Amino acid sequence: MGAILTVQSDAGRRRIEELLQQHEEHVLKRWLEIAATTPGGHADRGDMTVRLTEIYQALRQSFIGSGDTSDLRGLLAELSRSRARQGFAPTETANVVFGLKQAVFELIEGDGDTEALKGFVWFSRTIDDLGLFTFESYATAREKIILDQAEQLLELSTPVVKLWEGIVAVPLIGTLDSARTQVVMEKLLQTLVETGSEHAVIDITGVPAVDTQVAQHLLKTVVAARLMGAECVISGIRPQIAHTIVTLGIEFGDIVTKASLSDALAYMLRQSGVQVVKGRGTRVTVRTEEGD
Amino acid sequence: MDRVPILKLGDILIVSIQIDLEDQSVLALQEDLADKIVDTGARGVIIDITAVEIVDSFIGRMFATIASISRMLDAETVVVGMRPAVAITLVELGLSLGGVRTALNLEKGVALLNHLDGAQIAAAPR
Amino acid sequence: MTSPDEQLLPINSNGDVVLVRQQVRAVAIQAGLSLVDQTKVVTAASELARNALVYAGGGQVKIEIVRNGARSGLRLTFSDDGPGIPDIEQALTDGWTTGGGLGLGLSGSRRLVDEFDLQSAPGKGTLVTVTKWSR
Repeated sequence: MGAILTVQSDAGRRRIEELLQQHEEHVLKRWLEIAATTPGGHADRGDMTVRLTEIYQALRQSFIGSGDTSDLRGLLAELSRSRARQGFAPTETANVVFGLKQAVFELIEGDGDTEALKGFVWFSRTIDDLGLFTFESYATAREKIILDQAEQLLELSTPVVKLWEGIVAVPLIGTLDSARTQVVMEKLLQTLVETGSEHAVIDITGVPAVDTQVAQHLLKTVVAARLMGAECVISGIRPQIAHTIVTLGIEFGDIVTKASLSDALAYMLRQSGVQVVKGRGTRVTVRTEEGD
Repeated sequence: MDRVPILKLGDILIVSIQIDLEDQSVLALQEDLADKIVDTGARGVIIDITAVEIVDSFIGRMFATIASISRMLDAETVVVGMRPAVAITLVELGLSLGGVRTALNLEKGVALLNHLDGAQIAAAPR
Repeated sequence: MTSPDEQLLPINSNGDVVLVRQQVRAVAIQAGLSLVDQTKVVTAASELARNALVYAGGGQVKIEIVRNGARSGLRLTFSDDGPGIPDIEQALTDGWTTGGGLGLGLSGSRRLVDEFDLQSAPGKGTLVTVTKWSR
């Protein structure tokens, strides 16, 4: 039975292929019209005509050839990407592809060709696959954008600033997760090497909470900096965070902690032998204006 | 087996590790350094690992051993130029290099040794 | 039989340990690991290769690139026909050593990788498989 079905569908398939070849101009024109009526399909007629014509050719090529669909899939992925960039929903793109089914069906209906009608079942399934493929490409492209943005955000949210000659600081703001803490840690240590800074302040005033892992990462950063020959101070620990750290039983050992960033800076300056002298309270500035 | 050269600059011995160290070279370096400290009467040893891409427990232990031996021979040891990735890995490995002094680079290492030397003289009874 | 993504290296001398380190580094770069992750996995490889040499008199390592969805990683399989480990839990404890080292080889390298599997029995040799995934 399976064999008979195959023979039948093979015949139907050949018939569809013939139709696609003979009525290429007509089907393509119809497809473009249908595509234009789908929501958002009218975006750029010229661009759309080029793309759909290419896809049509590639589709026929994949039938004739060894069934290699890599060209076709490449074009569909490109279509999906470009439409996603223009702000179309993935369903709209898939609908454009599905439009080809209608175009072909209208042709067969007009003919009343039973052989072709049988082949249409197969053809329909093929086009469904391709439509779903554009959907998949859309999701993949989206995922990549999200990943890239997350990475950019990570870069943006971890500045290492120089406070004084030989003193750098990382003001951390927002929730720290393990990945971000690791990025900060690496960037801070790299900055120590590049700037030859022997002192660093990790300021966590803007961090609402830490978990065990994050606290461990902070700890490891301080130890790693020490191994490299630099000293770290952690400043701005909120009462809740101090509570968490003690409750979790994390040993902060001999790591220096300061209440605020300014306390930490004062400490670091003292450590590096800088003396800060307060100037006179009032200073009179005399300015003479010329030509007056 | 490659031997690591030991350079002398004033009363400081400088070892700059430029190759991927074999365990045998590590052991040889330990012996060579001890001999050289005695020969030259050096007051300080600087091990420059700027070019070293990994430090495992064996090499890490070498630093601690060299520091201990040198101290016995009245010389201070400073390990300089550890890369961030190496430091992070050592922390994860669980190696703290207790008793080993470190500095960011060669210049700061020399400064640290001079500072220690000065402190020693200042602390000495008059 | 080795595919381009897979290679087998012998560990019979101190020089071989250095070669293993260099080869693991090269493949780690190929697998897309970050600099810190490369350093971690090379350090772990160095520890495990030395273990095979010191405790079993030698062995070999298989280096391969593995994939899991979009992530790629590096898998190292160290095998030897040495005396094996009688008490695995003890061997994985920080500071425990029978070879005069620091006792950080096994326990430390476990912390440096994402997946760690140790199979051993007295007289049956030791098989250590470690995997590091790209972030």
